[in-house]
Amino acid sequence: MSRSQGVNGQRLFRAVTSGLPTLWLCVFFLAPFALVLKISLADPVIGQPPFTPLIDATGSLHLTFDNYRLVFGDSLFLASYLGSLRIAALASLICLLVGYPMAYAIARTPQPWRTLLLLLVMLPFWSSFLLRIYAWMGMLSTHGAFNTALLTLGWIERPLALMYNDFAVYLGIVYTYLPFMVLPLYAVLEKQDPDLREAAEDLGATPWRVFMDITLPLSLPGIIAGLMLVFIPAVGEYVIPTLLGGLDTRMIGRALFDEFFVNRDWPLASAVATVLLLVVVLPVMIFQRGRGGAHP
Amino acid sequence: MTADTPVISTRDLSKQFGDYVAVDHLSLDVRAGEIFVILGGSGCGKTTLLRMLAGLEQPDTGRIFIDGRDVTDTPPYERPVNMMFQSYALFPHMSVSDNVAYGLRKEGLPRATIRDRVREMLGLVKLEGLEGRKPGQLSGGQRQRVALARALVKRPRVLLLDEPLAALDKKLREHTQFELSNLQDQLGVSFVVVTHDQEEAMTLASRIAVMDQGRFVQVGSPQEVYEYPATRFVAEFVGSTTLFAGIVRESGPEGVVIVCEGIESALPGPPSAALQAGASALIAVRPEKIQLSKERPEAAAGRVILQGIVQDLAYYGGRSVYRVRLPGGQMVSVSAQNRIRAAERTLEWDEAVFLSWARESAVVLQG
Amino acid sequence: MKGRGLAVYTWLALGYLFFYLPIILLVANSFNASRIGSHWGGFSLHWYRQLFADEQILHSAWLSVQIAFFSACGATVLGGFAGLALGRMGKFRGRTALAGMVAAPLVMPEVITGLSLLLLFVSMRAVFGWPHARGALTITIAHITFCLAYVAVVVQSRVATMDASLEEAAMDLGGRPFRVLLDITIPGIAPALLSGWLLSFTLSLDDLVISSFVSGPGANTLPMLIFSKVKLGITPDINALAALIIGVVTLGVSVAGGWMFAQQRQALVLQRQQRTERP
Repeated sequence: MSRSQGVNGQRLFRAVTSGLPTLWLCVFFLAPFALVLKISLADPVIGQPPFTPLIDATGSLHLTFDNYRLVFGDSLFLASYLGSLRIAALASLICLLVGYPMAYAIARTPQPWRTLLLLLVMLPFWSSFLLRIYAWMGMLSTHGAFNTALLTLGWIERPLALMYNDFAVYLGIVYTYLPFMVLPLYAVLEKQDPDLREAAEDLGATPWRVFMDITLPLSLPGIIAGLMLVFIPAVGEYVIPTLLGGLDTRMIGRALFDEFFVNRDWPLASAVATVLLLVVVLPVMIFQRGRGGAHP
Repeated sequence: MTADTPVISTRDLSKQFGDYVAVDHLSLDVRAGEIFVILGGSGCGKTTLLRMLAGLEQPDTGRIFIDGRDVTDTPPYERPVNMMFQSYALFPHMSVSDNVAYGLRKEGLPRATIRDRVREMLGLVKLEGLEGRKPGQLSGGQRQRVALARALVKRPRVLLLDEPLAALDKKLREHTQFELSNLQDQLGVSFVVVTHDQEEAMTLASRIAVMDQGRFVQVGSPQEVYEYPATRFVAEFVGSTTLFAGIVRESGPEGVVIVCEGIESALPGPPSAALQAGASALIAVRPEKIQLSKERPEAAAGRVILQGIVQDLAYYGGRSVYRVRLPGGQMVSVSAQNRIRAAERTLEWDEAVFLSWARESAVVLQG
Repeated sequence: MKGRGLAVYTWLALGYLFFYLPIILLVANSFNASRIGSHWGGFSLHWYRQLFADEQILHSAWLSVQIAFFSACGATVLGGFAGLALGRMGKFRGRTALAGMVAAPLVMPEVITGLSLLLLFVSMRAVFGWPHARGALTITIAHITFCLAYVAVVVQSRVATMDASLEEAAMDLGGRPFRVLLDITIPGIAPALLSGWLLSFTLSLDDLVISSFVSGPGANTLPMLIFSKVKLGITPDINALAALIIGVVTLGVSVAGGWMFAQQRQALVLQRQQRTERP
């Protein structure tokens, strides 16, 4: 009796451990995507919920591809997709250029100072993202810190338009996601065996060559991880373009949000989301899988 | 349960991981009070076998019995066996005495009993005074003893040890080997030890099972396994050996005679019923069974004498190993005690030497 | 060599200036009597007084903290199980599915997660009549779902560094699976669970987009409220709120950092001690 009880206990334990999160994610993560797909094929109506059922009262299937035609036909959506990709890609590169020397310096700092420097990178990440963007609004506004400083120094005569343009959006993204670049870079740089660099020096490499031949190639996994960690959230960014961007800053997260909340066109918003999923998210997931499941 | 019921035994046990057969229809019997050593290279399935005995791995087919009771479906926490892990697996957040007491607490024994048995056990493995330390504050040897105490304190029917000495340095290893044997003698618990180290196997074992590709190739006392290897694999895996391959010319009650390519004189060996004239066969000779001399030794009945040239020699302090090349190209390893000082060593590189051994000290194997 | 080090550290200092200058100015401005940031009108706690008099803000803050607490607890339990399953149980049926669903929320744009969950809640209500109204409950469910993934990743990587034979040893010594989980596994992954909980708490507290989608009338979380105010421009009482939040976070991280610092020093001392003990 105790025999079967024991083995059953083990089996039950395993079933609960893997089954509970699987069930939760199936219901609250996977199933919703099916609904997005479904509703993207429906017509918008004024009502609650504001879309037509796919199967009407007579039981016949009613599908429409009008929403997709709209997504691909409207130059505004196209511009938003391209704008998101461009801004996210460029901001990731800027993060890399800014973050690499920082990560390098932290990794070369002896303990216990290294821990302190690392905490200082993570600290902003723990405080509210929204408030950090808000802090930049204070810096960039017409009467903000920058303009005041430049005016006081006499370098400019009239305040510069620093906010409500693409420049502010880049700045906001770089500021928000720079820690996501520094941390994985630090992780790979810190793990590098110093013997490798010394061996290269011993074999006659100059410091610059050591960096190019040893340090940089070995930090490639960190570079890729960092680029992904910045690029992915930046593509779908809504808050930064809304608060810091201009009216002509086109990003798809903002377009989707507005389509949903302002125009209340749920089917069209669903179609925008489906396309975003297929064009951006899916390739990213496949790319990550291809890299052998490396995760942040 | 009768006196000669094996404490632990398996029948037809198999385990496969994908295409890789770890354990292949294996049956074994471990007797009460013996140290049964499973010796094999990495990937031979020995650790899988041990983990199945502990209940940490479920066999695909076959049964496992402890004291004659079928425990195949019993989970690890209900089996009267305990295991000492290769990594020791000491709980890092518990003190030495908490680690040792863990198993007793799970049995629900009274506090006082637990305290007494933990103290007694720690005394036995000479760890008094370290009760309050965490595993991270112990040396490798101390950790090994905590792991041993933790597994033994539950008085298991069988103690399973996975490479018990592998993590220790050489000096400590030799010392601990003897300690382990003594402890086993004192407690009378059967040990099943898994190791890849043949020296460790030789010194610890009452019986050795040589394992290869999921099967036992030979089971026997250390002497049997070393002196009378049953297969070519055992001969080569346990100790070093020189193999001469050839064809049986004669096979009779007083011995066999084998003709080997590249060797002028036919080689005699002890009798073998399995080999008939015309069969292919191997003669295996251990390096220490061969005598080296500059002058041709006197011919005697049953004595093999060959001539060769010293190709290589390695000095190990207590002994030297020579590699001698026969005219046909075959290499022979010979080990010799350095009874006289090395400075007065007489054999040098490229020197012509005579090799000789008694017919009985060679082993004849099927080719 | 020396010059290069100097350049790199100068860059690092500029990086920290970039990180902290806006925050420092924001905190300073929260004590500024003047409404205009660039003009120092003298030290004042006016904005703090105004903040604490604002029922709406206080209500939203309390709601957000509650949601964050329950989301963090839920995400830690479910994410902990997921991390354990992925890190410890080898191959099991549904492993690929679970691994995929754990990895996906990490790369999913918030707008998609938010939209899809809202559609789910709307459809569920149409079919089952539940959830009756959208609000704190639906926000909590949404937050558990995306925080779970972060906890799972943290726990899985911690489990991977833990010796698997620890749990086996405990089981071999008579511990039943659930006891082993309590005795060995949870103490072993406790740091990961703690950081997973904290991460979830802050992510939940910080979330604007997903909450906006799945919230209903009356349930305004703090970020939603801040966002609606900030969209209209600079409001000095938000400065005070920001300063408070940053103060709390800094304190918390300092305590945690101090603890890590002490741990590291202890490990260092221990290493040295062991080195000298060895003959």
